[in-house]
Amino acid sequence: MTTTTTAHTSSTINAFADGRQPLVEMRDISIAFGGIKAVDHASLELYKGEVVALLGHNGAGKSTLIKILSGAYQRDHGDIYIRGEKASIDNPRDAKRYGIETIYQTLALADNVDAAANLFLGRELRTAWGTLDDVAMEAATREVMGRLNPNFRRFKEPVKKLSGGQRQSVAIARAIHFNANILIMDEPTAALGPQETQQVADLTLELKKQGIGIFLISHDIHDVFDLADRVAVMKNGRIVGTARVEDVSKDEVLGMIILGKCPPGAIPGPGALSS
Amino acid sequence: MTQSTETRSEPALAQEGVVTRFLRATEIDTRLLGMVGALILISVCFHFAGILRTGNGVFLSPRNLWILLVQTSSIAVMTTGMVLIIVMRHIDLSVGSLLGVIAVIMGYAQVYVLGPWLGVGHPAIWIITILIGLSAGALLGGFHGYLIAYAGIPSFIVTLGGLIVWRGAAWAIIRGETVAPMDETFELLGGGPLDASIKATGSWILGIIVCVVIVLALYFGRKSRQKFNFPLRPMWAETFLGIVGCGITLGTVLLVNSYYFPPKLANEYAERYNIPIPEDGFLLSKGFAIPVLIAAAAAIVMTFVATRTRFGRYVYAIGGNPEAAELAGINTKRITLIMFSIMGVLAAISACISSARLNAASNALGQFDELYVIAATVIGGTSLAGGVGTIYGAILGALVMQSLQSGMTLLNFDSAYKDMAVGSVLVFAVWLDQIYRRRAN
Repeated sequence: MTTTTTAHTSSTINAFADGRQPLVEMRDISIAFGGIKAVDHASLELYKGEVVALLGHNGAGKSTLIKILSGAYQRDHGDIYIRGEKASIDNPRDAKRYGIETIYQTLALADNVDAAANLFLGRELRTAWGTLDDVAMEAATREVMGRLNPNFRRFKEPVKKLSGGQRQSVAIARAIHFNANILIMDEPTAALGPQETQQVADLTLELKKQGIGIFLISHDIHDVFDLADRVAVMKNGRIVGTARVEDVSKDEVLGMIILGKCPPGAIPGPGALSS
Repeated sequence: MTQSTETRSEPALAQEGVVTRFLRATEIDTRLLGMVGALILISVCFHFAGILRTGNGVFLSPRNLWILLVQTSSIAVMTTGMVLIIVMRHIDLSVGSLLGVIAVIMGYAQVYVLGPWLGVGHPAIWIITILIGLSAGALLGGFHGYLIAYAGIPSFIVTLGGLIVWRGAAWAIIRGETVAPMDETFELLGGGPLDASIKATGSWILGIIVCVVIVLALYFGRKSRQKFNFPLRPMWAETFLGIVGCGITLGTVLLVNSYYFPPKLANEYAERYNIPIPEDGFLLSKGFAIPVLIAAAAAIVMTFVATRTRFGRYVYAIGGNPEAAELAGINTKRITLIMFSIMGVLAAISACISSARLNAASNALGQFDELYVIAATVIGGTSLAGGVGTIYGAILGALVMQSLQSGMTLLNFDSAYKDMAVGSVLVFAVWLDQIYRRRAN
């Protein structure tokens, strides 16, 4: 990295910002579990059409921070703003109302029911009689799965019987089918082979093109470095720093993850090692 | 079996065995077939054991099978809810005691409150009684559900406590006495009196309605799949399912119509409705008994709830992965509370059947029923690990349990040996099911 780019970075925080309003802004978020500060005064923003990779060791607090955004955890402190307006997100239903969709690391699928039931879980289509419209749900599932995974045929089987990649595509289909504008992907490729990993990467770029803001969570920077516009690194529950990928090298990001050392190309956060 | 139907190429289809192809085309659950097979085997064995022992096989007589259906109905009603409770990874040990206390409440209300107040035999008594019973069931079950869902006490503990508490409460209400008799209309719910079954004509009409519904369901199911260009069952498989469904229905009608009232009661009926009594005696078919119809209605309603409503979908999703259900935005606590409340209502329906059948309410009513209900549910293929179970399976499980008991009673087994046999069958059935599941995966 040359000094010129560094200077450039510090003047304009983020190319996606451009004076625009962030899609999501998490301000000063904290949460503690039994005295342990899992997330400690973390702030992070995401813009339209931007991919932000949230990096850090296992236990750094990335999944916890993101679960606060998706409504799975309730924060102790801090505020969330969606398109500049203060959002009240107390449970997963609230988050979905704001167009926040999450693909969890565990996929969070009900293993005993089929793909369509999982895709529409909590948002079932109903007939005029108020009963489940299984045929319409299956049709929609066939349509969306046809785009994501054209070889998928096992619509009638419980998802427990599907392969890792097929299960992943069901979880992704669920996240993108409901016109998400904020997508959270927690270790989306952890269980996948190289070909399926590539598919997820292609999909990420496709969704980005549609203007969806994406949080990619990973403990491995090689998975996400090429996809991301920006990286944010967490350590011990605190943000070490954020940086545009052009402004930092992989080694520097590794230094942030491992040592908490903020390189010149990054904007230091509260968790940065004070030198 | 794990391969999808649509990915198979034609040559692969040809290589498949006839049986596999048949099962796949008709989409019949192989475990259902196993259960029906077991039920037939048990019946035939008891019938022939009866012939060998007494020279007279009575198990497969219309009379015994009719009584068997009536005896099963109380347990069958409760299994329809227990399936969903167990699917949700909970258990309800209190249903027997709930049945007892609700029966006592209803008995007390009829004999000591409504009877003196409205006058014995007043036509509103049975309706008010049933409403009291159902509300009590919903409240007590809902209370269990509240403690489980919102106070976070494990269902095993809450309902174990309930098992003890409500049996005690039943005694406390009536101080151990037996309350009798029940209101005359209320008594019909038990299937005993002359008017407590729908006779031959009613049974035929009902049977024909069911057949029409089966055919229409197959037709509209096919039509809606056609609309979306989904893969269809072959036409012969549809026809087969229709014929089997209607065959079973009409066969059952024929069975319950082949059991006649004793001549004295039949003549009483003939006199009341001015039917001329023929020379060779008047034969009056019993037809479906009211408790059996109640159990069938409970099974249909609960199957509908389980498979066609959001609530049922959530029950299964919670059982499959509680965390995923929560993350999908399902209010799992509310669903848990409602489910236990429904279980209470079903226990109240069973309380109506049991106390009406006995024509009395005692604090011992429904004792050990929780064990029979859970056993029937598990024999019917519901997994205690949660997420898996069907209502028709549980009903078949209840029939298996009742057949064993009734069969051994006909052979004059001591009740000690009956208990030993029933308990062993429970363990054996679950073991068979485990083997089946391991093979299937």
